[in-house]
Amino acid sequence: MTTVLGIADLTVTYRRAAASALIGISLEVEAGEILAIIGESGSGKSTLARAIADLLPERTEVAGLLRWPGLEGGPRAGRDIGYVFQDPGSSLNPVLSIGEQVGEGARRHLGLSRRAADAEVLRLLTRVRLPEPERIARAFPHQLSGGQRQRVAIAAAIAAQPHLLIADEVTSSLDVVVQAAIVELLVELVRAENMTLIFVTHDLALASGIADRVAVMAEGRLVELGPVADVIAAPKAAETAALIAAHIDLTTPPLVGEAP
Amino acid sequence: MTEPLLTARDLRRTFTSGRRHITALDGVSLAIAPGETLGLVGGSGCGKSTLARVLTRLIAPESGAIAFMGDDWLALGGGRLRAARRHMQMVFQDPLAAFNPRATVGGVLADALRIHAVVPKAARAAEVARLIDRVGLSSGLIGRSIHDISGGQRQRVAIARAISVRPRLVILDEAVSALDVSVRGRILELLVDLQRETGVGYLFISHDLAVVRAVSHRIAVMDAGRLVEEGPAASVIAAPSSDVLAHLIGAVPRLTGIIRPERSEDRQDDAY
Repeated sequence: MTTVLGIADLTVTYRRAAASALIGISLEVEAGEILAIIGESGSGKSTLARAIADLLPERTEVAGLLRWPGLEGGPRAGRDIGYVFQDPGSSLNPVLSIGEQVGEGARRHLGLSRRAADAEVLRLLTRVRLPEPERIARAFPHQLSGGQRQRVAIAAAIAAQPHLLIADEVTSSLDVVVQAAIVELLVELVRAENMTLIFVTHDLALASGIADRVAVMAEGRLVELGPVADVIAAPKAAETAALIAAHIDLTTPPLVGEAP
Repeated sequence: MTEPLLTARDLRRTFTSGRRHITALDGVSLAIAPGETLGLVGGSGCGKSTLARVLTRLIAPESGAIAFMGDDWLALGGGRLRAARRHMQMVFQDPLAAFNPRATVGGVLADALRIHAVVPKAARAAEVARLIDRVGLSSGLIGRSIHDISGGQRQRVAIARAISVRPRLVILDEAVSALDVSVRGRILELLVDLQRETGVGYLFISHDLAVVRAVSHRIAVMDAGRLVEEGPAASVIAAPSSDVLAHLIGAVPRLTGIIRPERSEDRQDDAY
């Protein structure tokens, strides 16, 4: 397997923070894999995703090495890495039409003319399975539902045909049915386009359903990394075991009986 | 079934946005018995939060009736409404937005005890300490600002405030949805323990069917302003009759690679 990204001893400390948000992270991301990064609030999982995409705030202290084999001069944001954020309500520009935002990546990075970009926008909106792409392209973000906005954000992120897509808690503000549909879409896109996906989530079960490997974060450290089935069947870290124990699904014994 | 604590009949409520009319409640009827948890599930925009707001009289329905503790709940006003409100408490998803931002943990609880005259003034501090202990928080938090504690601790304070006035019904609207899973489990156990101790009824609203099932005796499923099915938790999930519920069941993420032993039949009886 080829390595897309090698991370060596990455430590990140935010400005004025007492403790480091990431401490000595080392891992390799393989081409074509779905790598889930999971952990609870404050575990450092989003910091890791942002560090990879070079989206950390200015004056953040970063030590360690990010190696990008095959990308001379490192990745270009938006071109080589697509990033989908948790809240498409704030990541999309409220005063630009959906068509302009989705088309920007294709125009800027692929050098498409406005006319070609318009056609590409319709293709992308269809690709993320939005109904009536012509109407959606003319709409503004506030006119769409949360799930539709997240599909638009995915279309914009893949517009420049990046090799690596980072999805950072992209389903956390959606209800479970919409969540399932968005996750299915991401997996289908990534597999069909031969992309690599880094899927950041607090939901181990959600990750277990789609990921090839899972990286478990706790208090800024990478506490476990391995194939998803191995990690779930035989967790090595106490933090992973705790996440598994806290999982609730329809086979979990209920806390109450039938009638009071 | 015992005499219901709360019954709602044919509640209707529409909202107007521009020229569009949205029917948030389209003839909703339900009942909750003392000591019972009714779980309410449905997707975004199905009307479940509107139902919570109508039941707590934060907004008025256009038609329909609500009986609570034997009273015509929608007809109550003035002092009688204030007195009855004590018995219907609410816990929201985001407790930070539900508290006075300048409040302290102890102040939040003392206010509730004072307003509803739950205990004599001299006993108030001891009752605050008892409540803090009951929801599993350390007494060292009593003087802390509501801002300076974690999300899980804050939700415990919200629960302590809700139970401080010894209500008959607590409406929990996505009360555990924003919590980390490790914290979520302990909060759910706390809610179930409190119910066994005090006989409080819960309306537990969430889009997360697995969580609803874990704590509910009965489950009601909502879609486009209507209750589309309702019944005992286990049988509703075993044999869904609506598409909405079938979709909700299909969307529950499962841990792959883990097989739980089948639950034995007597386990459920042990619970009571």
